[in-house]
Amino acid sequence: MDTDSFDSLPEVLQELYINMQDDLYDGLKDEVADATTEALEQWGQTPGQILQRGLVAGMDIVGQDFRDGILFVPEVLLAAKAMKGAMEILRPLLTDAKDVQRQGTVVIGTVKGDIHDIGKNLVGMMLEGAGFEVINLGINVDAEQFLAALREYNADILGMSALLTTTMPYMRTVIQRLNEEGMREQTVVLVGGAPLTEAFAEDIGADRYCEDAAVAVEAAKVFMEMKKRDS
Amino acid sequence: MTDRLLDLLQRKGLLLGDGAMGTMLQRAGLTDGGSPELWNVDHADAVRAIYQGYADAGSDIITTNTFGGTRYRLKLHHLQGRVFELNQAGAALAREVAGDERLVAGSMGPTGELMEPLGPLTIAEAAAAFAEQVAGLAAGGADFLLVETMSSLDEVQAAVEGARQASTLPVVVTMTFDTNYRTMMGVTPAQAVQTLHSWGVTVIGANCGNGPAEIERIMWEMAQARPEGAVLMAQSNAGLPRWHEGEISYDGTPEVMAGYAQRMRALGVQVIGACCGSTPEHLAAMRRALDGPPLMGYEPAFAADASAPQSAPAGDGAARRAARRAQRTAE
Ligand code: B12
Repeated sequence: MDTDSFDSLPEVLQELYINMQDDLYDGLKDEVADATTEALEQWGQTPGQILQRGLVAGMDIVGQDFRDGILFVPEVLLAAKAMKGAMEILRPLLTDAKDVQRQGTVVIGTVKGDIHDIGKNLVGMMLEGAGFEVINLGINVDAEQFLAALREYNADILGMSALLTTTMPYMRTVIQRLNEEGMREQTVVLVGGAPLTEAFAEDIGADRYCEDAAVAVEAAKVFMEMKKRDS
Repeated sequence: MTDRLLDLLQRKGLLLGDGAMGTMLQRAGLTDGGSPELWNVDHADAVRAIYQGYADAGSDIITTNTFGGTRYRLKLHHLQGRVFELNQAGAALAREVAGDERLVAGSMGPTGELMEPLGPLTIAEAAAAFAEQVAGLAAGGADFLLVETMSSLDEVQAAVEGARQASTLPVVVTMTFDTNYRTMMGVTPAQAVQTLHSWGVTVIGANCGNGPAEIERIMWEMAQARPEGAVLMAQSNAGLPRWHEGEISYDGTPEVMAGYAQRMRALGVQVIGACCGSTPEHLAAMRRALDGPPLMGYEPAFAADASAPQSAPAGDGAARRAARRAQRTAE
């Protein structure tokens, strides 16, 4: 979060955001949605600002406390649901928001055999917030589904998630299929999920391992710039 | 119905479980993310060979290759119509290998769905899915049911109910405490052993998660809280997974696992086995350790160190959130 600009906001608005973060932390879906609407309508905040100052900042605290063992999965899930509710309000506005540039198209999914989707959905929402069009294929996605979606949406980036040591090797299979179909060149491949490492990503021939959603957004932007320069 | 598990426990005092199935199947060529349970039918020889490896290593229990055998997990592979068949086949193969001296544990893993209110699954629906799996396991000749790697008590409740709907086999439950010595859902070892015992489950423990050091701490906590009559069980991973030269391997050697088995016995754990990354070599080393003399003067380091991080007592999430909020306001 850009703290300088946060501190210069009117105090009442700062409070609105802090409450939004707290409510997100508590998984209060309706309250978070209401605060989102209020920030939009009464304070003229842009979707990008609300996303950064309220939702992402709140999710950061949730993530920290989850890692520290203060929160457990039930709480994280409720917070993610609350964020999703707010995203549903913001999504239609993001498309024409001034502060969000159209970036590119991302196909994202959790690989075959794996049903973990909290992290992947967060990454998807953050990419949307940053101006990407995100095609979220859900969980248990096989290579052919990834390929079909990349073609259908003429996507720039493929994002794959795996949280299990038993499913992460499947990413290699997907990349091999991209190679076979001659699609690897034009597709940037980002991979993520807790058990992955940089070395693993390199080994399977991905472009980048992203340890969290912020890194994923940065990486996606950088690759889009490179892509635009190249063409 | 006689409880063959408790009979054997009484006779032997201590039972050696077996080791990994999933990582062994990967070694045997299951690398495409396919269904392990389908191998009970399509690659029966490979599954039988893994069972046999553990039998030869000295395991008293052979655990069936049916961890993902509920319709919810099989659905990921479009196999939800074959629940009975695949579970029965997995159990029947194990029965063949186990013979009369060893027991067959019918493995039942989580559905992978979230329970209400976090997710869509009700206890009744989950119980029905487990009952369907149990029917196959019982028909294939399982001696008891092993509900394992659980993180939610609601789902355990469903599994126990389902098991009782479909059979009279004894139910053993192990949960996975991988998140700061709690399950993903926040259940502590003490809470698990007490709650499960109150539901009439006798053998209770921990499996999977992180490595033997964590399991030691978890079993110590369980032992402290163990109600009279509860029997403890532990199945640790063989260390932690490492990605090494294009392959995943676990860093726990057979010697490490032998030491772990010794410490489990010293803690009073009576059913001792292993989980991910373990192989028949690990189990053979554990067998030798358990056939030898017990550890003398074992005192876990953390037992003396009162400041060591212990699972916080089970509190409700609201209290933790309030504390967090108060702290933040103070900042
Ligand atoms: C929540 C959870 C579950 C939930 C999932 C709910 C859901 N809808 O997703 C439930 C209870 C269903 C579950 C089930 C299982 N789980 Co689980 N689960 C977890 C847990 C606790 C948290 C994962 C999570 O959501 N983290 C929070 C998010 C925000 O973080 P994240 O996923 O890492 O994502 C971030 C980054 O990795 C990155 N990222 C992630 N994806 C992507 C993708 C791209 C493209 C990019 C760029 C970046 C990126 O950005 C994200 C945001 O910052 C982890 C333990 C842990 N602490 O990680 C175990 C864990 C992943 N589970 C584990 C296991 C074993 C299982 C089960 C197999 C249990 C079982 N025995 O049945 C099943 C899996 C079934 C299956 N086939 O998939 C193990 C995996 C062990 C291993 N290394 O293989 C873990 C590590 C726990 C453990 N220590 O044992 N699980």
